[in-house]
Amino acid sequence: METFGELIDCLDGTSSSLRKVELLKHYLVAVDPKDGCWALALLLGERRRRMLTGRRLREILQESVAFPEWLFNECHSHVGDSAETICLLWPQLKDQCLQRPELKDPQLRELLAAVANKPALHWWMETLLPSLARSSPTQQQEAMLSIWATVPEEHHWLLNKLITGGFRIGVARGLVVKAIAAAFSLRNTDVLERLMGEVEPSAEWFDQLTAPAKQTRRDRGAVPYPFFLASPVQLERMVCTPAEDWWVEWKWDGIRGQLIHRKEGVFLWSRGEELVNVSFPELVTMAKALPVNTVLDGEVICWERDQCRPLPFSNLQRRIGRKHVGAKIRQECPVQFIAYDLLEQEGKDLRAHPLVQRLTALNALNSVADIEESWRLQRSAGHRLESWDHLAQLRTIAGEGGAEGLMLKQLSSPYLAGRQRGHWWKYKLDPMRLDAVLIYAQAGSGRRANLFTDYTFALWDCRATDNNKPKLVTFAKAYSGLGDAEILTLDRWIRSHTRERFGPTRVVEPELVFELGFEGIQPSKRHKCGLAVRFPRILRWRHDRTAQSADCLESAEQLLNSPRGERR
Amino acid sequence: MELTDSGLYCRRADAWIDPHRPVRRALITHAHADHAKAGCEEYWATTNSAGILRQRLGQNINLQTLAYGEQHRIGAATLSFHSAGHVLGSAQIRVEVDGEVWVVTGDYKRSADPSCSAFEPVSCDVLITEATFALPIYRWLDGAAIAHDICNWWKSDTTRPSLLFCYAFGKAQRILAELAAIGLDDEVLLHGAVETVTRHYRSAKVAMLPSRPVSEVAKNESLAGRLVLAPPSAHRSSWMRRFQSPQTGFASGWMAVRGARRRRGYERGFVLSDHADWQGLIQTVKESKAKKVFVTHGQNDVLVRYLKEVEGIDATPLSELS
Repeated sequence: METFGELIDCLDGTSSSLRKVELLKHYLVAVDPKDGCWALALLLGERRRRMLTGRRLREILQESVAFPEWLFNECHSHVGDSAETICLLWPQLKDQCLQRPELKDPQLRELLAAVANKPALHWWMETLLPSLARSSPTQQQEAMLSIWATVPEEHHWLLNKLITGGFRIGVARGLVVKAIAAAFSLRNTDVLERLMGEVEPSAEWFDQLTAPAKQTRRDRGAVPYPFFLASPVQLERMVCTPAEDWWVEWKWDGIRGQLIHRKEGVFLWSRGEELVNVSFPELVTMAKALPVNTVLDGEVICWERDQCRPLPFSNLQRRIGRKHVGAKIRQECPVQFIAYDLLEQEGKDLRAHPLVQRLTALNALNSVADIEESWRLQRSAGHRLESWDHLAQLRTIAGEGGAEGLMLKQLSSPYLAGRQRGHWWKYKLDPMRLDAVLIYAQAGSGRRANLFTDYTFALWDCRATDNNKPKLVTFAKAYSGLGDAEILTLDRWIRSHTRERFGPTRVVEPELVFELGFEGIQPSKRHKCGLAVRFPRILRWRHDRTAQSADCLESAEQLLNSPRGERR
Repeated sequence: MELTDSGLYCRRADAWIDPHRPVRRALITHAHADHAKAGCEEYWATTNSAGILRQRLGQNINLQTLAYGEQHRIGAATLSFHSAGHVLGSAQIRVEVDGEVWVVTGDYKRSADPSCSAFEPVSCDVLITEATFALPIYRWLDGAAIAHDICNWWKSDTTRPSLLFCYAFGKAQRILAELAAIGLDDEVLLHGAVETVTRHYRSAKVAMLPSRPVSEVAKNESLAGRLVLAPPSAHRSSWMRRFQSPQTGFASGWMAVRGARRRRGYERGFVLSDHADWQGLIQTVKESKAKKVFVTHGQNDVLVRYLKEVEGIDATPLSELS
């Protein structure tokens, strides 16, 4: 773990991407694959399994010392992270923990004796930590005190993070990919492809990942291709190109999916590289009618047969993450796959072909037409852009049809991997807007630790009057949208305008008004105000407005009926 | 003493301590901008702080100075300044009226600092203490250990300049002195704001590394491998363009928390503070033997509750002083 700890310290100590890649490369070339697999899994965020909860780890330390619980909690809410709080408190408290009873369990005792010999990362991840997770609470407590006393304090942060499963440092996935490629003379795309699918930290996986490049297999099995992602539109860059070079289609608010049919079966992957077959069994059944070795890129979306608009996103949410999708949900949340690209046809990788050819091939793909479930496979309705002036008009229609915007794709574009600018652009509709009053604030975590950055906003409810005075009702929470300077100013304001505290939450004077933007609104039984919004964020701080002039619930309800309002 | 709109006021001396707006008579603990405001008719401060105070508030201010420990009578009160160990010339203010002693600590630290005199424990009846870092997660290592960390970081990359950000008055000079104390003798480059304060430390004969303002470095001179001290306001400013891909660090007590460093965007954080840490605050309160403690600045709720519940000391946030 020491070597990995030093790598993390070095990565953490530089903001230069080049240096990070260089550091990683040096580490990967020299590392034992048994440790390398864990290092990569951790850096890629693939193995953040929790051995003990942060709360449990805090309890362990707290129960071992005479130290008030409230003070622990104050420290925790200031630091914003259990693992780090513990490593900051340990030096103050360790003297109280030195007299600890001998461990009773001989097996655990033997494991802990090995900690002093600076064991390798894989031993921690595969042997000690899992057995710690399985131990009884008393054993966990004794074991943790022994581990903290043995491991050098400079590695406590990493150690605690591995235990609580919250390990994350500022190294983007793309940099890890670059470093692997550089270390083992591979192309970035080779590495990206090999990283698709399940990451199983093992020496074999590491060896496969880093093996010299071979002729790519004809059949990739269940492994999806890396998704090609679009960037927010930059119209000024585009209008100088001929409009007819562009394909325009609706952008739907569903889940990006890759549908693969092999002779072994059907695999539906989400953009997060998760296999989502169980959430959408109807699509799996439908896809069996596709020719073997077909790979489609498209959108999974809840949409009733023969309707002209999709259902709200919340219907999709009801399916995601379920182990079993029952008849009721199948009926209430019918699902379709809107295909917009054909990546592989009869085993042939089409990604290097221009989009216009792939679309022709997609249109010719007709084999599901005769099955009952054929309505579940739709082709994305698109056409060549007539003129740049036409674009604005299309954007208006998009909202009426329930789309969240437009996609613009260059007809000559290949299907690339990841977010590469230039060929695919997304042109979202303007968000809905309301002015709301800040009423609660809570501290953030990570780099927003001990800053109040999680805000709750309210609207006026003019009907439910309290002594004939309108009342503020919680409407939405938002975390993003303010700049660093505004966050600092607002943090100071919150501290000096706190009315009351409930644990970590502060009730502030209802004075400040912010313009919130959101993508959709719909009735909700779960929320106090009876409304739920999609992707709320702060658009700007309305210094020009007083709380009294903020919007009412009625204005929010009117949005329900607007073209973009999602209503069942 | 009482709390007024202008700050803490001692009626019997007709004087305000570190007032935040212009008043007739101001007693100044130290020359940091949040403690020493311009525009007062009369200032009282320590002899050692006079130079910086005049530089910051104007050469023509009406300033009376006292040496540490020197007693002076104003009205019905006896006033004296006692070293606070915060920065050059920093003081706790002791006010005695009719046999009752109040001590206002101002900012202070208990760790040794080669750039200023050490904290002097003063016993009193009522103590008004700061609480900037009043959480047990804040615990300072001695300056020499941090100086070694800074030295290793600086010397680990000789291909580019090392920009270390720190407060221009106090922290920067402490770093120069701590680095000298561990045996270095390299020249350090200073941002203009650091340079002007450092002069006063040199006149006070504080042993520090040799230094030169960045502005005096020739345009074609390589800055690779040089240590540069600059105030945080220069971070990401146009001033930084002068340096080719520097490594950056920040020296401050706040750097103990990872998120605080990440948020400010520094690559390295060095935990070096001129305030008292948790243990230092509690030690000071206990040593003062005060029967009543008022707490101000920062985490005062936490310190008040701890003193009351765990140490059994009568403590209150200063804002509740009537």
